[in-house]
Amino acid sequence: MDQPVPPSLIGASVRRREDQRFLTGLGNYTDDFNRHGQTHAYILRSAHPHALIKSISTVAAKKAPGVVAVFTGADMAAAGVGSLPCGWQIHSKDGSPMVEPGHPPLVVDRVRHVGDNVAVVLAETLSQAKDAAELIEVEWQTLPSLSSTADAIKPTAPQVWEQAPGNLCYDWHIGEKEAVDAAFAKAHKVAKIDLVNNRLIPNAMEPRAALGDYDRGTGEHTLITTSQNPHVIRLLMGAYVLQVPESKLRVIAPDVGGGFGSKIYHYAEEAIVTWAAKQIGRPVKWTAERTESFMTDAHGRDHVSHAEMALDEQGHFLALRVATIANMGAYLSTFAPAIPTYLYATLLAGVYKTPVIYAEVKAVFTHTTPVDAYRGAGRPEATFLLERLVDIAADVMGLTPSEIRKRNFIPADAFPYQTPVALQYDSGDYQGSLAQAETAADVAGFAARKAESAKHGKLRGLGYSTYVEACGIAPSAVAGALGARAGLYEVGTIRVHPTGTVTVLTGAHSHGQGHETTFAQVVAQSLGIGIEQVEIVHGDTGQVPFGMGTYGSRSLAVGGSAIMKAIDKIVAKGKKIAAHLLEAAEADIEFQDGKFSVAGTDRAKTFGEIALAAYVPHNYPIETVEPGLDETAFYDPKNFTFPAGVHICEVEIDPETGVTRVEKFTVVDDVGRVINPMIVDGQVHGGVAQGIGQALMENCVYDEVGQLLSGSFMDYCMPRADDLPNFGVSQHTTLCTHNPLGVKGCGEVGAIGSPPAVINAVVDALKPYGIKHFNMPASPQRVWQAINAHSPRMAAE
Amino acid sequence: MTASVSMTVNGRPVSAEVEPRTLLVQLLREQLSLTGTHVGCDTSQCGACVVHVDGVSVKSCTVLAVQAYGAQITTIEGLANGTLHPMQEAFRDNHGLQCGFCTPGMVMSAIDLVKHNPDPSETEIREWLEGNICRCTGYHNIVKSIKAGAAAMRKGA
Repeated sequence: MDQPVPPSLIGASVRRREDQRFLTGLGNYTDDFNRHGQTHAYILRSAHPHALIKSISTVAAKKAPGVVAVFTGADMAAAGVGSLPCGWQIHSKDGSPMVEPGHPPLVVDRVRHVGDNVAVVLAETLSQAKDAAELIEVEWQTLPSLSSTADAIKPTAPQVWEQAPGNLCYDWHIGEKEAVDAAFAKAHKVAKIDLVNNRLIPNAMEPRAALGDYDRGTGEHTLITTSQNPHVIRLLMGAYVLQVPESKLRVIAPDVGGGFGSKIYHYAEEAIVTWAAKQIGRPVKWTAERTESFMTDAHGRDHVSHAEMALDEQGHFLALRVATIANMGAYLSTFAPAIPTYLYATLLAGVYKTPVIYAEVKAVFTHTTPVDAYRGAGRPEATFLLERLVDIAADVMGLTPSEIRKRNFIPADAFPYQTPVALQYDSGDYQGSLAQAETAADVAGFAARKAESAKHGKLRGLGYSTYVEACGIAPSAVAGALGARAGLYEVGTIRVHPTGTVTVLTGAHSHGQGHETTFAQVVAQSLGIGIEQVEIVHGDTGQVPFGMGTYGSRSLAVGGSAIMKAIDKIVAKGKKIAAHLLEAAEADIEFQDGKFSVAGTDRAKTFGEIALAAYVPHNYPIETVEPGLDETAFYDPKNFTFPAGVHICEVEIDPETGVTRVEKFTVVDDVGRVINPMIVDGQVHGGVAQGIGQALMENCVYDEVGQLLSGSFMDYCMPRADDLPNFGVSQHTTLCTHNPLGVKGCGEVGAIGSPPAVINAVVDALKPYGIKHFNMPASPQRVWQAINAHSPRMAAE
Repeated sequence: MTASVSMTVNGRPVSAEVEPRTLLVQLLREQLSLTGTHVGCDTSQCGACVVHVDGVSVKSCTVLAVQAYGAQITTIEGLANGTLHPMQEAFRDNHGLQCGFCTPGMVMSAIDLVKHNPDPSETEIREWLEGNICRCTGYHNIVKSIKAGAAAMRKGA
């Protein structure tokens, strides 16, 4: 097949190929699947934050109309069902391993957060299952409980786990304490801050769902689930919870309606439906109601920190000292322990050449939903702390936020740059990004805009955030040494069919990111074929050899690199076949624009001709080359990637109402090479919206004892269209130096960079009131209260 | 106890036996297999379930199936046959969707807006979308899509 050479697909805003089905209602999300004979599962959940189950009777429920079965934690334990595993082990300062309590899919005798799983009812219809669940009789003995992160380590705090005195999961640190103390002793000035990073609820629009099926003929389990990483679920559930070998367990994550981290983890419901389907010999379907999502999807953030920066006479950073308490919730979710350690404290250098850093992190248990990675995962917490502290330092030194940053940036010629907290940044140009952002944001015109706002009785503020983050956790050996219990490579298969079309199997998973388009652009460009000849397959352990999935902005940097490595193998084999067909030496064969040619001649074979020869090997180097053209590569990155950038936010506050409007939001990101600018901009928009949501609106609230008060969209303030502005997004690119595409990752930058830009702008606007810091969210009520609490002082000034 | 309902869905007459408590969205998804209409919440806040009932955008999680007796229902599946409606086309051209879950509700809601207001301003679009939540796009490209979709619908009208 002779194909026309396509124009470059790298850097083109190709329209998304997945959109046709999503726009016509033909997407296939987990709840859209139904299996013949399926039953419906309803899970009885705890209304108590902490209670003993004195007794539980399912007798009446089992007799209710339509009920097929009712199972309790005791039933699952008796059947040998194991505990939901944690995928990362942290060691405390003293070398002891973290406290790692068990996490059974259904509790046996004690609940530890509102929403904890008590029993499951399976019935012919969901209504029947719900009705029957009301007939389950539980005798509760309620116990003292707590929700507060800061209070968890107090001696009087109620205990979540006997084996964790003081509710301490681990007490970890990084950096050089003595060197930091010495630097503080010599400091000209010290900037200090106490801050809270507010707890968030991810709220992907598609609620979690799971459908389990068991084939009694083959003994194979199938689980269709809302997951960002089906192979990880297969591994964790098969090996640790249900003791089913991978060969008998197929996990499918079809179209998934958003993840943001919350669909990384192995959840109890996945194990329950998979296990129960075998027990009753019928498929079992469960779909979360939004209320259940609020109570059981892993939450994000929830840090309480104190930080100090030592400064010299010119405002150079001499040392940074941080102490953080991080809330784990009641159980350890899959990656929870890694978030406030290796994805947080290692980012505390930020974009600055701070020579010494010391950070201590205490992780605590509380009677709340487990906390794990949510878009950004640790890096937004580090960025918020650092960028707020830098603004405080600017205030202490009498410098502008821009000037103090410029004085402390790692210079563009200093890469690779080794930070004092373990990471080595490969590339970046922070000064260049700042200059571009200040122009794009029209910082020069801010004073006039502020004066105009003042005329209307409004307060205007400008806030900066200059950030760096780390994506694509790697290499596996390093992650393993730090406590990861899995590898962090990715897998790609290029399956060339006899007619020259290509199926790409990737271990990455798309739940909105547009991999079916971006990955196809990369493959079509690399093989010199039309994008319509390339199909991307993901999300099915029955089709894709293996994979670690999508999180930490890793898909293109790690998954794309695996695909590139597989392409290299395809091209290498194609050259051998072409050399035979063209009667030339293999070393003389070149591959470009879809053609294998003999260097310096016009003799060539197209990609399609080579594919056909590989599958119809009549004239073929059969002695040395196997037939077929199908290659798989595992790619283990050499390092993290380090996207960075500048966010500048301009807010206007109405002091009468406390309402804060984001008037202008400017982003200049360095995400490495951009394959599809339209998709990258879209990722940044979404991330920034979540960051503005955290800064101004969103807040997960528990009462003192652990009752969830923000348990619905009526109570938890999600950003809506009229809460947000249009965003000014552009790039200032330096390439990643250690992966084949030069890409860094764009999924999380928006959520990482934006919250401190917003709060720095709010604090700037509230400066006349003497307000130096504002904990998120800066909701109208809180801003109004702050203004009114400070007004007398302002009047006196 | 069940009730018989009949209505027209995407131009096709349908009848079904439903419980009195069955919601319109349950009828569409579970009995008619029209799974393009989604359920994203349980408090009528998110708008993933918006369909047209007699030409007006309605949250189908907030209507009983029996209330739709005799009505003309249009779901995302029934907007266009084989091709894309100008609003669907505009969402694709302007990257107005990412995960696709809120998208059917957004598109159905947007078309109803343009029926009321053929040339909506950005502010009007943002205010109209008060009942539709998207977690992926930050709304920037949804607003852009609806502007473009409205222009295309004006041209086509």
